[in-house]
Amino acid sequence: MSDNKYTFKDFKSDQEVRWCPGCGDTAVLMSVQKAMAELDHKKEDYAVISGIGCSSRFPYYMNTYGFHGIHGRAGVLASGVKTANPKLSVWQITGDGDALAIGGNHFIHEIRRNINLNILLFNNQIYGLTKGQYSPTSLFGQVTKTSPYGTVEQPFHPGELVLGAQGKFFARTIDTKVKETTDILIKADKHVGTSVVEILQNCVIYNDGAYNNITSKETRDDNQIWLEHGKPMLFGKDKQKGLIVDGMKLRVVHLSDRISEENILVHDAHEPDPSLHLALINMRVGLGFPVAFGIIRQVEAPAYDQLIEQQIEEVKSKSKIKNMDDVLNSGSTWVVE
Amino acid sequence: MAKKIIEVDEVVVKFAGDSGDGMQLTGTQFSDTSALLGDDISTFPDYPAEIRAPVGTVGGVSGFQLHFGKIVDNPGDFCDVLVAMNPAALKANIRWVKDGGTIILDTDSFTDKNFAKAGFQQENLKEIYQDFNVIQAPMTTLTKETLVNSGLDNKSMVRSKNMFALGMVYCIFDRPLNYTEKFLDKKFVKKPNIAESNKKTLRSGFNYAVTIHAMPSYRVHSSNSLEKGRYRNMNGNTAAAWGLLAAAEKANLPFFLGSYPITPASEILVEISLRKDLGAKSFQAEDEIGGIVTAVGASFAGNLAATSTSGPGLALKSEAIGLAVITELPLVIVNVQRGGPSTGLPTKTEQSDLFQALYGRNGESPVPVIAASTPSNCFDYAFEAGKIALEHMTPVLLLTDGFLANGTEPWKIPSMADMPVIKHKIKPKGEGEYLPYKRDPETLAREWAIPGTEGYEHRVGGLEKMDLTGNVSYVPENHELMTKYRADKVQNLENVFPELKVEGDEDADLLVIAWGSTYGHITTAVRELNKEGCKVAHAHFNYINPLPKNTADVFGKYKKHLVCEMNLGQFAGYLDMKHPKFEYHKFNKIQGLPFTVVELKEKFKQLTGKN
Ligand code: SF4
Repeated sequence: MSDNKYTFKDFKSDQEVRWCPGCGDTAVLMSVQKAMAELDHKKEDYAVISGIGCSSRFPYYMNTYGFHGIHGRAGVLASGVKTANPKLSVWQITGDGDALAIGGNHFIHEIRRNINLNILLFNNQIYGLTKGQYSPTSLFGQVTKTSPYGTVEQPFHPGELVLGAQGKFFARTIDTKVKETTDILIKADKHVGTSVVEILQNCVIYNDGAYNNITSKETRDDNQIWLEHGKPMLFGKDKQKGLIVDGMKLRVVHLSDRISEENILVHDAHEPDPSLHLALINMRVGLGFPVAFGIIRQVEAPAYDQLIEQQIEEVKSKSKIKNMDDVLNSGSTWVVE
Repeated sequence: MAKKIIEVDEVVVKFAGDSGDGMQLTGTQFSDTSALLGDDISTFPDYPAEIRAPVGTVGGVSGFQLHFGKIVDNPGDFCDVLVAMNPAALKANIRWVKDGGTIILDTDSFTDKNFAKAGFQQENLKEIYQDFNVIQAPMTTLTKETLVNSGLDNKSMVRSKNMFALGMVYCIFDRPLNYTEKFLDKKFVKKPNIAESNKKTLRSGFNYAVTIHAMPSYRVHSSNSLEKGRYRNMNGNTAAAWGLLAAAEKANLPFFLGSYPITPASEILVEISLRKDLGAKSFQAEDEIGGIVTAVGASFAGNLAATSTSGPGLALKSEAIGLAVITELPLVIVNVQRGGPSTGLPTKTEQSDLFQALYGRNGESPVPVIAASTPSNCFDYAFEAGKIALEHMTPVLLLTDGFLANGTEPWKIPSMADMPVIKHKIKPKGEGEYLPYKRDPETLAREWAIPGTEGYEHRVGGLEKMDLTGNVSYVPENHELMTKYRADKVQNLENVFPELKVEGDEDADLLVIAWGSTYGHITTAVRELNKEGCKVAHAHFNYINPLPKNTADVFGKYKKHLVCEMNLGQFAGYLDMKHPKFEYHKFNKIQGLPFTVVELKEKFKQLTGKN
């Protein structure tokens, strides 16, 4: 565990934070700084890499190595950094536009490759930086600057994409839940492979209250379920509600004389079969379910960068070629006397 | 009857057949054997555009041309000897045979059916018989007869017929068979029967040529012009890949290539993928953008990073090149040009990406542009691109093209000890404060701090940077300052780039100006004209942005300036902008094919008034 050589303050840069007052990004910044302070890496071994969007300003506020890239390319930028220098702890900061629209292709492929880095996906269901156009996660019918009569597009559910791309680690959290988020981020960093953490982030300016039905005081107990590996899937004010499997589907039940805690599903994040994880990811308030939070899926698999290093070692140990002179003189050559 | 012996200084041979006929291998064998005998050589393969075009059609013809002899600078315009394995191969190549040249046909393939597939008439053959020295050899039948006791099935026997053709050509040029015999033993080490059958067919072809009297015999005056040393055949793509690896080794940095397969640049990615033994990393990205952006990431992380592509891919990479420009990170972009626009002519050569390389980005986005001019000097210019990138902290664009990428020539193998030193800009650990945008006063290059180095934590990115600190800055004066720094940094390279040299007659009136892959053909044309007493000089550019410092001085010595290039005049336009006081005549070709020496000579003569 951590030897506490750092506090979160060590990770603050001297740059003034320019997000709108009340923006959910500020709380996430705190969570990341806390997580980094607790993890075992040296400060100089962190690299924070982003694309374009409000959240992508993140690297400037971190006193670590950082790279603010171009729109949609956070995934490939981070993949290059990690592959080239696998000792680094690489944190990719991206949003719903950056990762799922312009950078959608890179997003699925980095997950498929399972590069050992952390993707923090700030999902605010809107384009903030360009001032309020709908994003690939905006709800069907949502009225925005570019959908004045409501969108006619179905939104992506990031977790579904992650699983479709053979993702091994998917967690969901809420911007304001600093403690939970910090904990999830620590686990995400320790997980070997691509760890995707979807952060439901409130944009106070262009999509304020998008998650109110999940996060408000009145609704949060019934509409959030925090999953923990090995623990029963209980929620509600006094943990009186739970999830069971009925046929092929999940069902919400109330604990009673007939249904005890033993009947409730126990969360197994390590199960390689993604079916139940997908069902958990897809639970939505409108469908009569709570929204799942915490680490929903965490399955071990070799990471791309590890495999590359291994392959290099193997080939090096077998090959007669040790340097460029050997390459230049390899194969068919002849001497002119 | 005594055999006709033709004495020549150089000769061009082309092997052409169906893509399944093994013509590339046949040509490579002939070229390797000639190289071993000390000839100067230049080769060019002519692949069909479709991977599996219907057998026997013109679209499916695969060719391999080689030019060898005393001094050879290009694969040759017209061939002295053409081997055509079917009517389609003959039809596709007849226009490239010299008047009175020799054509060897596999008559077994000249059936009505194959004539029909090729859209060629028996009638056409009659004319060909009049104009050329045609040798008819029933190669398929003779191969089968040779192998009748080999135990091979019919298909495997027929597959050896390229060796019969090779044997015949070896005889014509009096070449030994032992190099190819050894090659076959090695290639089929696990299938000794196939090795034996191929060798037997090779000898059989050779002997057949000895016995038929219509066969001419060439005596090619050997070169002896090649410098002493160890040689290998080199093509442009392998050379470019190795040049990059050599630069990384010389700079003592890990190497990273981010790339996406594209014709005709894919072999660079293939070559780098092989070099895990040197620790090189190749990242085959999901698209062209991913190719370059992973490379930018790798550069940030402290590798010598590169990306390889062709025109359409370069278009997709534009934005990311701009990112490397503003973050001032070292990066090499190799663009193997092909016919455009759009998908254009993927397998054909052109020089039409020059403007894209110079200007194809948003904003003021200067990038050094250099160009290789022979297949083997792709090595030197890739190395040079790496050196410039690392020493000046900038992306560098290296232009080659399909002609250089696939062409080969003998290359004297350099020793890494003789390659120039590369001094990268990495700031060593523990040297006080790190300011990301503090510059070397002379080169204006910034220092490079590698993630993982204690105390140098910093942020870079695509937003405008404050001078020195690298913090985001919208200060108007700062933007202008930084824009000028970036421009001056590139322009200052003229102080380190070598001067422009002139070949040919220094006191000529006409200066032929060119860049990139046209070097070989123009050199031959100028040399031949000089010999004929026609005064022409030739200035060839490998450094394009910035131009060599002495460019105007050199141009000023000549009365007429002719710019030759395989596009509609992009370099001429660029020169006109940089050095407007000269009038530039233009000679352009956009057929997906290199200039021929013949057409160049015509044009030069016309301009010298010698026509
Ligand atoms: S626009 Fe929205 S997402 Fe962007 S900084 Fe403001 S509140 Fe945050």
